[in-house]
Amino acid sequence: MSDVVEKTLTALPSLLSLDSHPGSAKLSSTSKLGNLIRGITELTSKHEEEKLIQHELLAIKEQVSSPNTTMRQMKELMVRSIYCEMLGYEASFSYIHAIKLAQQGTVLEKRVGYLAVSLFLNESHELLLLLVNTVLKDLQSTNLIEVCMALTVVSQMFPKDMIPAILPLVEEKLNHPKEIIRRKAVMALYKFYLIAPNQVQHIHNKFRKALCDKDPGVMTASLHIYLQMIQENPEAYKDLTPSFVTILKQVVGGKLPMDFNYHTVPAPWLQIQLLRILALLGKNDQSTSEVMYEVLDESLRRAEMNHNITYAILYECVKCIYTIHPKSDLLEKAAKCIGNFVLSPKINLKYLGLKALTYVVQQDPKLALQHQMTIIECLDHPDLIIKRETLELLFRITNAQNVTVIVEKMLEFLCISEDDHTTIDLVGKVAELAEKYPLNVSFILCLLNLLYFPINHCTYAPDNEWFIETMNTVFSLGGDMMQPDIPNSFLKLLSEGFDSVEEDRKLKLFAVNSYIPLLRGEPGKLPQRFLQVISWVLGEYSHLREDLEPAEVLSLLAKLLDMKNSSSETKSWVLMAMTKLCKGGADASVTQEVSETYSSSLDTVLRQRAHELQYLSQDPELRARVLPRGATPETLEVDSSLSFLDRFVSEALAAGAAPYKPPHQRQEELDQSKALSLEPYGLSLPISMSSCSITDRQSPTLLSMSSGLSGDSADLSHKGGSSALKLDGVKRVWGREGYLAQREPVEEAAQVEVPSPIQSPGRQGEGDSLHSQTPTQTPTPEPEQEKQQLASSLFVGLASQSSVSLMGKSEPTPQRFRRKAKGQGPGSSFNASEQISSSLISPPSAVDNLLCNNLLDSNNASELAEQTSQLSQSLTTANGTCHTEAELTEPDTKGCNPALRRDNCVVAADPGPHDDPGRLTEVCLDSYLPAELSGLSHSEIAPLCANQSLNLSACYVQKEDSLILVVFIINSSESAIQQMLLQVDSEELEVSCLSDSPAGEVTSHSVAVGQYSLTVKRPAVHVEVVGTVSYQLPAGTSQSLQFSYKVPLTSFIRPFVVSTEEYGTMWLSFSHDTKQNLTLINDNQEPLTATLNALKKKLQLHVVEVIGMEGIVACRLLQDLPCLMHCRVNAGWLAVWLRSPVPDLPDCLIYHCQRALQSL
Amino acid sequence: MEPSRLKERPAADRRMIKFVLMVNRQGQTRLSRYYHSVELSRRAALEADVVRYCLSRKKDQCSFVEYKDFKLVYRQYAALYIVVGITDSENELSIYELVHNFVEVLDKYFSRVSELDIMFNLDRVHIILDEMIQNGHIVETNKSRILAPLTAIDKMVES
Repeated sequence: MSDVVEKTLTALPSLLSLDSHPGSAKLSSTSKLGNLIRGITELTSKHEEEKLIQHELLAIKEQVSSPNTTMRQMKELMVRSIYCEMLGYEASFSYIHAIKLAQQGTVLEKRVGYLAVSLFLNESHELLLLLVNTVLKDLQSTNLIEVCMALTVVSQMFPKDMIPAILPLVEEKLNHPKEIIRRKAVMALYKFYLIAPNQVQHIHNKFRKALCDKDPGVMTASLHIYLQMIQENPEAYKDLTPSFVTILKQVVGGKLPMDFNYHTVPAPWLQIQLLRILALLGKNDQSTSEVMYEVLDESLRRAEMNHNITYAILYECVKCIYTIHPKSDLLEKAAKCIGNFVLSPKINLKYLGLKALTYVVQQDPKLALQHQMTIIECLDHPDLIIKRETLELLFRITNAQNVTVIVEKMLEFLCISEDDHTTIDLVGKVAELAEKYPLNVSFILCLLNLLYFPINHCTYAPDNEWFIETMNTVFSLGGDMMQPDIPNSFLKLLSEGFDSVEEDRKLKLFAVNSYIPLLRGEPGKLPQRFLQVISWVLGEYSHLREDLEPAEVLSLLAKLLDMKNSSSETKSWVLMAMTKLCKGGADASVTQEVSETYSSSLDTVLRQRAHELQYLSQDPELRARVLPRGATPETLEVDSSLSFLDRFVSEALAAGAAPYKPPHQRQEELDQSKALSLEPYGLSLPISMSSCSITDRQSPTLLSMSSGLSGDSADLSHKGGSSALKLDGVKRVWGREGYLAQREPVEEAAQVEVPSPIQSPGRQGEGDSLHSQTPTQTPTPEPEQEKQQLASSLFVGLASQSSVSLMGKSEPTPQRFRRKAKGQGPGSSFNASEQISSSLISPPSAVDNLLCNNLLDSNNASELAEQTSQLSQSLTTANGTCHTEAELTEPDTKGCNPALRRDNCVVAADPGPHDDPGRLTEVCLDSYLPAELSGLSHSEIAPLCANQSLNLSACYVQKEDSLILVVFIINSSESAIQQMLLQVDSEELEVSCLSDSPAGEVTSHSVAVGQYSLTVKRPAVHVEVVGTVSYQLPAGTSQSLQFSYKVPLTSFIRPFVVSTEEYGTMWLSFSHDTKQNLTLINDNQEPLTATLNALKKKLQLHVVEVIGMEGIVACRLLQDLPCLMHCRVNAGWLAVWLRSPVPDLPDCLIYHCQRALQSL
Repeated sequence: MEPSRLKERPAADRRMIKFVLMVNRQGQTRLSRYYHSVELSRRAALEADVVRYCLSRKKDQCSFVEYKDFKLVYRQYAALYIVVGITDSENELSIYELVHNFVEVLDKYFSRVSELDIMFNLDRVHIILDEMIQNGHIVETNKSRILAPLTAIDKMVES
């Protein structure tokens, strides 16, 4: 608490008479403002407030419009208006007077005028235009205070369209001798950048000057602009990294004047700002990150003082360290730092620690393990915000094995949360998790069932309610984005029921009861899937509610049919439900009407349902047979060969029908026939014939390949199911953890009887200085045990690196080892089991690892060596895998080097930090280009991403009919990686894998190459491929690395050779077009030819013909998306008209034409 | 409750201060400054909510509260609460200290500030705040620089 002394209201009289303060000096107790304030302080009810303020507003209104009001009085009136608006009463009549006050007042009056304007008006208010002249005048004033005020208001709000009017004046102020003017000018430019970035494009170098300003305040102001710009495009500002580092170094080192300190900490908010900038710059960029390691270390060290603000800096520093390219000793320090946060008794620090941890586990999920006990404690914390943040953290470490436990925790929180937003957010997350782990959805539902039904028979009813309502929330919120699995499993659960018939009935009845009011309300707001669920449930179970007339249900359902936004799928569910319900008699009119309406529907499914409804409603006997009430779901056998149609087919053939052809055959024939006829419409141009058939011929191989891939990944995930970390959706920036050696011992977690077979036991570690309070080896009390049980189920799957079965009862773990070993050869399977048995006997530790290794060395070294050399030999022959150092590795292998030991040893010692992960990057990757591509020109080989074991680079090669993406995967670690799988995908592109994708093993310091052929699916200005490499480290950890790679659309453009006649025909048939004027190149006599030639050179366009002042140009986008361009010289511009059958293509191309001409 | 709200979240990710409020224990607003547009009619309800959230917290509880899609950072000075609404990606602790810095600046200017000082000098408190926060970003934290424009104005008025 500060030393601020509060003066209570009782001090009012003395305050008013005692004019000691600069502010209160001008106030007398009789002033109107004084009266208002006194009135406000004495308010006791909302009603009184309203009376007072309405009265006040009337008085102000009267006075502002009086011509005799002085500026000084006007200022007071404005403050009173501010009061009224602050309490929520509009005083719009005073807005214009606020502008007038800013215009005509002097000094304080003027300032209050500006202040009132900025409080009253929003940025788009039209009155703001009236302020422009005043600002313009004040900017030119000789009074610095007025200049200052004008700049302040400009940096708060200014009409976008009027920026050009004052921009030169503001720019001029950047050179003002006074720091405050320069600083405010920079802030004004920042505002311009925010609202109209292109208006200040030309003054970027002035921003640089501001960054180098001798005054720290001006420099600080410029950082706002830089943070914004770097967020948008980090690449463009990498060169400034050393400057930011130097600035931070100086600030941290205390080089700023003393008055920048806050509680002896030098400019803390400036430090935070700089750390944010550095994080953005160093993200995914090793060389830039290296520049900042030293200063980050320094920041961590300096911020040791025990004050909130130093923790705020530390938090930012930790975030930065975990965002940039990793450095192990920094990570270690940052992790320790987070430990201090989460263990702190100060609740604010604990919160921030959890928030940091939430951020960090996205990069390294294993860090959560160090703090698992704290996390469990936080989950039960009485303060909801701590609990909430903990759930946020758990959400980030969700994997296939712990998803059920985490969802359960979320649902528990949902029961106590009263805040709408939290509910929406959490339900959204539950739905998201359900979507991410579809296999577990039914599991979740069963779990809900288990949890909330059999346990408490006495409190049964509210649980029912809770279950149905939760599902209702999930349906309403998850809506149509939800996976179809969820409603399906829900319906299955409902129909199959549980143990007791009576309970089932209650549950179904409750569902019916909850849906009827929903339909009576506003069903139009419910998502389609939910409506479908409702229709089904009502169709099946509405009879359970005795007081409910089927006729009413029918009319409610019929209402759904009339809704505009009901999809035809929903309508068909509704008709189905009506068919189940109709009994003739009173209901007949509704059903009759409905079936008549839909029996002529254009939708065949609806038509069929309508007919069914019609017939079945008239024939109750048939209906009872087809749709028996309360039938248990039976399995249906589907005749997928459609043999029952055989007779129909043979009859049709006999009658002269053409035999069936599979789609690809039809397509091929269609293409050929099209190639012959000169069809004006459609895409198939002469050029497409060859490429199209090629893809067709390729497709079976591609198919088999992709199925092979998916089979592989299924295998992977299956293996991962035991204890490997499932990394779906968890972005991993680095693979090996430099600081994992610190993991705390939690052996006891494994000793607890774990109820679920899928839960693997705890993990081991080498001890952690931070966690002395965690009990070890001692018999744990009941609640403690519960917590550990929870811990083991929550953190399962995170500790794969070192998951060693302590008690030997975790079946999946050894299984995994055996399976993996099997793949490596006969010798190692023996090793592996021996390994396990040795680890069963003694608690694992570094010593044991050593022991194991020795064991290995002495017994099986020769076998191992043999087997590994086989392995590497098979690798060299593997297609697409370049084995650079095979010769080097093999002798090493025989000597049984540490890398090999890691390869085969199960209880792997943690690898030491890799000092030089990017060793191979400098090697010329050109030589790894596949032979068939080496003759062609390729783009610069750009680094994609890297972690401690892998380095990825890529380039693209332009072939005549395709664009080949080449991905180089460099294993920079000391050990081989296994089961590597490279997956590349893109939203805008069709990606197909060429040759073999580099799957399988990549030995140490070798390069694997993947080739992908890219074609454009949907044109965009820039297209991007994203990819994931997943692989296993020798120790058995699954890792993955994600990357993205931008390819300019221009690289897909090829000349399109057509005759003028063909051009003419096509022109008329293309429907998407765009027009724009481009600049002409004016450096010689023939601007048209020069411009077209320039475009031809830059973009590979084909100039079809030039006639006088007009030119026609054609190109195609791979594979065969044509685009035609008509150019005409007009008034010094090149009027360009682009046409294509493909939407967006003309717009994208015009953009690139513009860029191409600008860059000349 | 419409599904689109689920997708909105990343958009609110921009780091910023959404508003600064000063409210007393009776729930009366003493100062409010919004950095994103909130209609006048909705402000009273929002402020009432915010006050309710903060007043219900105990001393030993966290100074940060989740409210709708953003966070509240609050600090109590005698009967006066200062509440700052921030987006989720802001650094809560740095805002918590910013509040204290603000109070220290007010303390320096008014030499021992009270609730009444703030009420009688609402315009000046706003001018001070304008020097510290603009467009939802912290722009100045150096106490003497924050006060420089206002003291210059005061001097002009006196002479």
